[in-house]
Amino acid sequence: MDAKTLSSVLFLAFVAITLVIVYRAGRSTKKASDFYDGGANFSGFQNGLAIAGDYMSAASFLGIAGTIALFGYDGFLYSIGFLVAWLVALLLVAEPLRNSGRFTMGDVVAFRMKQRPVRTAAATSTVVVSIFYLLAQMVGAGALVSLLLGITDPGMKNYIIAGVGILMIVYVTIGGMKGTTYVQIVKAFLLMIGATLLTVLVLWKFNFNISDLLGAASENSGKKEAFLSPGLKFGKDMLDAAGAIDPAATLASKLDLISLGLALVLGTAGLPHILIRFYTVPTAKQARKSVNWAIGNIGVFYLMTIALGFGAAALVSRTVLFRGYTTNADGLLVDKTGAVITDGGTSGFTLDHLKDLSADAKKLLVPIDPSGNVAAPQLAQFLGGGEGTTGGAIMLAVIGAIAFATILAVVAGLTLASSSSFAHDLYANVIKRGKATPEQEVKVAKLAAVAIGVVAIFLAIAVQTLNVAFLVSIAFAIAASGNLPAVLYTLFWKKFNTRGAVWAIYGGLAAAVILLVFSPIVSQPILPNLAAAPLFKDAHFAWFPLSNPGLVSIPFGFLMGWLGTITSNEKNTAKYAELEVRSLTGAAIGKAVSH
Amino acid sequence: MSEQQHGIWEATQASSKFQNLRKSYRGFAFPLTIAFLVWYFLYVVLSAFAREWVSTPVIGHINIAFVLGVLQFVSTFVIAWLYERHSSHKLDAPSDEIKHEVEKALGH
Repeated sequence: MDAKTLSSVLFLAFVAITLVIVYRAGRSTKKASDFYDGGANFSGFQNGLAIAGDYMSAASFLGIAGTIALFGYDGFLYSIGFLVAWLVALLLVAEPLRNSGRFTMGDVVAFRMKQRPVRTAAATSTVVVSIFYLLAQMVGAGALVSLLLGITDPGMKNYIIAGVGILMIVYVTIGGMKGTTYVQIVKAFLLMIGATLLTVLVLWKFNFNISDLLGAASENSGKKEAFLSPGLKFGKDMLDAAGAIDPAATLASKLDLISLGLALVLGTAGLPHILIRFYTVPTAKQARKSVNWAIGNIGVFYLMTIALGFGAAALVSRTVLFRGYTTNADGLLVDKTGAVITDGGTSGFTLDHLKDLSADAKKLLVPIDPSGNVAAPQLAQFLGGGEGTTGGAIMLAVIGAIAFATILAVVAGLTLASSSSFAHDLYANVIKRGKATPEQEVKVAKLAAVAIGVVAIFLAIAVQTLNVAFLVSIAFAIAASGNLPAVLYTLFWKKFNTRGAVWAIYGGLAAAVILLVFSPIVSQPILPNLAAAPLFKDAHFAWFPLSNPGLVSIPFGFLMGWLGTITSNEKNTAKYAELEVRSLTGAAIGKAVSH
Repeated sequence: MSEQQHGIWEATQASSKFQNLRKSYRGFAFPLTIAFLVWYFLYVVLSAFAREWVSTPVIGHINIAFVLGVLQFVSTFVIAWLYERHSSHKLDAPSDEIKHEVEKALGH
């Protein structure tokens, strides 16, 4: 049996097992509210695993390992931001949120406010953040599955994205929160086992000497010691046309790194699909335990991505990591303009002559997959014995299937979060003004899951050339700008009121999205000498020099929340007393807000 | 909800028992949040602006940047453990006590 058949069998086995789990979870669901919180009776340990399963997305497993494999140390910056962010959730958000809300982020933000404007805002930002995150995962799924099954036809890739979308709709509509939680727990187990296996095998190769692993990685990368220090991907020294350092562009590039750091560390506690996981446990104490288990799992996992990334860099050739270089119809290597590469007077090199190229000529090569998303599966194949061996085929298929499981679990969580918010915040509390029956609410939530799934399928097919890790970091920036200020203010600031909440959410959300539109991600930068690979290569309106908007949009969200609050006369001292007592003690937990 | 029930929340909030709980929580969580954020941004800023220094080798191929990165993991685990210890020793009992009093007063 070859790797492709084996991969297909493992994918189908995972899908079949999870469908059974989801179906059983759906049958054991009794109350309508179970759709949102899965019965709110999971233990801290179970929920900790589910959080880890919800959080460790394709971007972390494939993206971080790939970034380290290609750019060395800089990938590490992602994993640290993603982990430290959990302290914000642990210290400030998880317990008060569990104590004072029921099903959605909107429950807490609107607790002491006028319901309709605040819930509309909360639902809007929940759906926007979740869709960005969803796109990242589905694009990743398309790339991964086509690699493992050897599909190059773009039409087939679209079917895969659609298939993932349909599966997530099925998980959510049949299994609700309970089914989704079980899928995430199974996935977290598989991912930890797979990553541990690869890590042990990599370290074994280097006799458990980390310094040797790093040395081999820097040697094989061709970048020498620079590979082990920050600066190959983020905050680069930007050069002008004459080859001198351009101070303005360099500063912009370094600020972009700070902006990314800010978005990562403040984004997690504003991600709606993470926040609603705290509602699946009965008490604040269990919510705290969930976060502690999650921090343990996620921390160990990210430590292992270091071994995976540097292991891939040390053991797998860069040609394989890049999935080869672009060639023309005659099989000759070409540069990014499509011209055949010439080196020292000789023209026309094939892939077999790669090693004959000089260092300067190598810089002209165009990798087929510059994101390195497949570094981890490639490493697995190498560790199993290499291409063409049974061991290699098995390892590739197993790790590929785990990555696929990872994506399915995350997309289900995202679809659940956005459909919950649509039904509970927008339909029940805004449109029906709190008069909807729980059964009606759940029916709407399921319809919303189908609608959001379909929208995500079409958007993901449209943007499938974008980098997965990038899409995720944008979702983090939007969550940190639009959601976190409102969540923190409402929990800890007595004066905070309706206008403050509405301005904080729309202000942060709009700032993040508008800056994104005018960033070097969408069009060519106005500032000269800035690196860019925009969506629209012929347009020039990127007056904002950073690709991550967080550095500006997050403070802006906080500022708008403050400004809205102090310019409004509304006071809600009595309701704040209720919120504060409930959020710290858990009194009347799970009960609707008194009006 | 009646006026009287609204009064229960405000009276509880004003009680010294609740104020002590609030102080014990905020006095622990807020400074710790500021501390880990400062420590994290120090790390990010050094990664952006002190490239030469963080590239200094410590042992073999392990440099300062690598050590700082691993220390971020260590500090995250330690802070999570410290908070768990503080909560289970200092916060859980008074918070449960107040919860029961409030729920009794509300007639739940």
